[in-house]
Amino acid sequence: MSAVTTDSRPIAEDAEAVTLPRTRLVRIGWIYVVLGIGLLEFARRVPENDVAFTFGIPPDAPTLSLDPGGAVLGIGALLLLAGIAGVLERRLGRVTSIALIVATAAFVPLVLILSLAYSTSSQQTNLIPLIQQSLVQSTPIALGALAGLWSERSGVVNIGIEGMMLAGAGGGFMTYAVMGQAEGGFWLYASVVVAVIVGGLMAALHAVLTVTFRTDQIISGVVINLLALGLTSYLRQQVIVPAGVGTGIRPDDIMIPGLHRLPIIGDLFVGQPIYLSMFLLLLGSAYLMFRTPFGLRVRSVGENPHAAETLGIDPVRVRYAAVILGGLIAGLGGAWFSLESVGRFEDNMTNGAGFIALAALIFGKWRPWPAFGGALLFGFANAFGIRLQSLSVTLEDVRFLGVPVPTLEIPSQLAQSLPYVVTIIVLAGVIGRAIAPAAVGQPFEPSK
Amino acid sequence: MSAPTKGPREEPPSSRPDSGAPDDSSGGSESLIARWANLTQLKVLTYALLCAVLLGGVVIVATEVVNQLQGLENSELGFFGRLGQLDYGAVIGKPFEAYWALLRGAVGSPSRLASSLARSTPFIAASLAVAFAFKAGLFNIGAEGQVLIGALLGGWAGTWAWLQGLPAIVALPIVLIMGALGGALYGGFPGYLKAKTGAHEVITTIMLNTIALRLVEWVVLGRDPVILLDTTSSVPHSRPIAEAARLPFLPGGSGSALHWGLILGIALCGVMWFVMQRTTTGFEIKTVGLNPSAATYAGMSVSRTWILVMAVSGAFAGLAGVGEVSGSVGFIQPGVFRNIGFDAIAIALLAKGNPWAVIPSSLLWGALLSGAPLMQLEADLSIDLVRIVQALILLFVAADLIVRRLFKVEGDDENRTVLATGWGG
Repeated sequence: MSAVTTDSRPIAEDAEAVTLPRTRLVRIGWIYVVLGIGLLEFARRVPENDVAFTFGIPPDAPTLSLDPGGAVLGIGALLLLAGIAGVLERRLGRVTSIALIVATAAFVPLVLILSLAYSTSSQQTNLIPLIQQSLVQSTPIALGALAGLWSERSGVVNIGIEGMMLAGAGGGFMTYAVMGQAEGGFWLYASVVVAVIVGGLMAALHAVLTVTFRTDQIISGVVINLLALGLTSYLRQQVIVPAGVGTGIRPDDIMIPGLHRLPIIGDLFVGQPIYLSMFLLLLGSAYLMFRTPFGLRVRSVGENPHAAETLGIDPVRVRYAAVILGGLIAGLGGAWFSLESVGRFEDNMTNGAGFIALAALIFGKWRPWPAFGGALLFGFANAFGIRLQSLSVTLEDVRFLGVPVPTLEIPSQLAQSLPYVVTIIVLAGVIGRAIAPAAVGQPFEPSK
Repeated sequence: MSAPTKGPREEPPSSRPDSGAPDDSSGGSESLIARWANLTQLKVLTYALLCAVLLGGVVIVATEVVNQLQGLENSELGFFGRLGQLDYGAVIGKPFEAYWALLRGAVGSPSRLASSLARSTPFIAASLAVAFAFKAGLFNIGAEGQVLIGALLGGWAGTWAWLQGLPAIVALPIVLIMGALGGALYGGFPGYLKAKTGAHEVITTIMLNTIALRLVEWVVLGRDPVILLDTTSSVPHSRPIAEAARLPFLPGGSGSALHWGLILGIALCGVMWFVMQRTTTGFEIKTVGLNPSAATYAGMSVSRTWILVMAVSGAFAGLAGVGEVSGSVGFIQPGVFRNIGFDAIAIALLAKGNPWAVIPSSLLWGALLSGAPLMQLEADLSIDLVRIVQALILLFVAADLIVRRLFKVEGDDENRTVLATGWGG
């Protein structure tokens, strides 16, 4: 619904670099200049004690010690330079985008260093579990984003990912509660399969409503979310609670042969099955979407269904296939909640993950790997929020650009809302108007 | 016992104006055709309710069958043998029993009716918020957060020391205006982001919902430092607002917390209808919603309209929040506002964005929720059954093509609700 639409948009290339509109570059540039100057001035006030990042468990793990003041000084200089590059965008051209992206990435170490410097409990932290946690926490987001990717690339808006995941989580756990309490192994995996199927069924409903009955796709998504919430809560009361299943069912870790023996990063290659399957699904989706005829059909139907139809592709069938495939993946994402990470089912346990997945998808401009990057950002912010609570960071005697900051302990609520704040900043500052598949949201009426 | 198969349909046939403004932009002309179109709408809605109730009945029957089968677990019979043993009278009777209890729980006595109305009160303003955004082609999922921030700012204003001695005529408007302002700021922000940076409002408002919840938790429940927490109470909530800033109860409503917010909400519907049908601004909003390019071409500012509409939408939602604080509870408690904003989306869709239709839709929603506990008590079914029925109602209303085909309702596709045509900024 942009004010200006062009009709001749090419199908988005997968390997298209992130380019930003010009006026925005200049605006971001100015913001970075101010932030950079502020950091340079602020570096004098940072507490003296060194901060240390370990990679593994000390003492024999490699350790990186930093003087926080110096590090803040360096990052401030980087921001200032990138900001100047942004302001001078007309002279520098392509260098600008790269400089700004590098500078933006520098916020992660900055936040880590500052939280350690102001921590009242410990000046060192182990990065390996943090990275692992980030990856694990990003699992449902990434799977949800893949679900959205398939649906939206075929031209069907999907805000029902949340409902599909929730239905998967509930259906899967219900199966386990009824069938599998006696012996863990087989029924646990069978329950995951049920979760996947339930997700697919919800998606099939979405497809029937949007493709066959041409219901507004957003409304259909709302219906899916409401229905999943109602059904799972109802069945939890009627079936799961009476079944009295205990908690703590979790599939065992799987080790990737060979890779888990690597020094330092070996731990990253050990994980639970759904978490590891995320990588397979990412690879598989990227391959299927961009390297096979089926993927090409899906994308062409999402861009221009009538043109696809003239070439003998049936848009209705392709949309059904893509939406249901997405729903199967969303169901797996739901299983991650109830059968892999938490080990029980609660009402509304996905708690907005489906919507965050949607944000990650838009963040990644409807491409699998950048969308995974968005999911990872979320996973990191989540994992970091959990870590922040144990560090109990307290700001004392802090002034930024001459403005005194009140003394307070960073509340846990701030840590919990961090991922959401980051998403807004990224969407507003970096992504802006992403180009969606051209036909997304428009019902297709077959030619007579 | 009469068999009310039409459970929720036996709503008080409240203020549905039979000559209500059709929700297309014909400026409310009372031509016969417009009336007939409305009648078709009503027909479709009735059939949709019927379908939802029937399907809900199927869920109840299935539950009952499963329960009875579990009761026969120990018998020697096979599966089909057990099916033969079922008490079919109970199976068939169960949906009637459940819906009858639901109906009585919703409107069975004056006090229950008052409870239903009280439950519906916040939905009216919050659904208006969503419906108003629809008009400009914006999808405001952020009512949940805007309700919270409205409650927070209004409730905070209610605890100001200098407000305590003032008469209600001064204190009450201050609190309500602060609530509306909080919602307007919180709704206007995503509108601003959309206009200036193209960040899609669906995503930003969802993010802001969670941020609002955390913020309110911190301000209201935080113990270090104590900001608004009432330290004397055993249940965690904020300090109570000034007595003068409380919305008075409607006559006979004190038992069920039925307050003047209901009347305010209905008045707001009138305000929105007037703005949309009788003012230039309303015309601009509709134009932007139908075709931004055409609006730009006609010299309207699309981005200004977006910001304005989101701010006003937020103000409606903020009023819903502060109305609950000032009317029913008298303090801020995050749990009270759970799901109001999300239900509002469904209600606004049910009303197809029409400000007058928001009222019966909200009443239906509130009555269903309010009647559910009695159904749970008498029929031993989880109250979440009502959520399923609600989702089904929305499903059949949205997918009116299903209903039209099933019941051979004639009609054009002119009145089909179309919201979003994609993500294009």
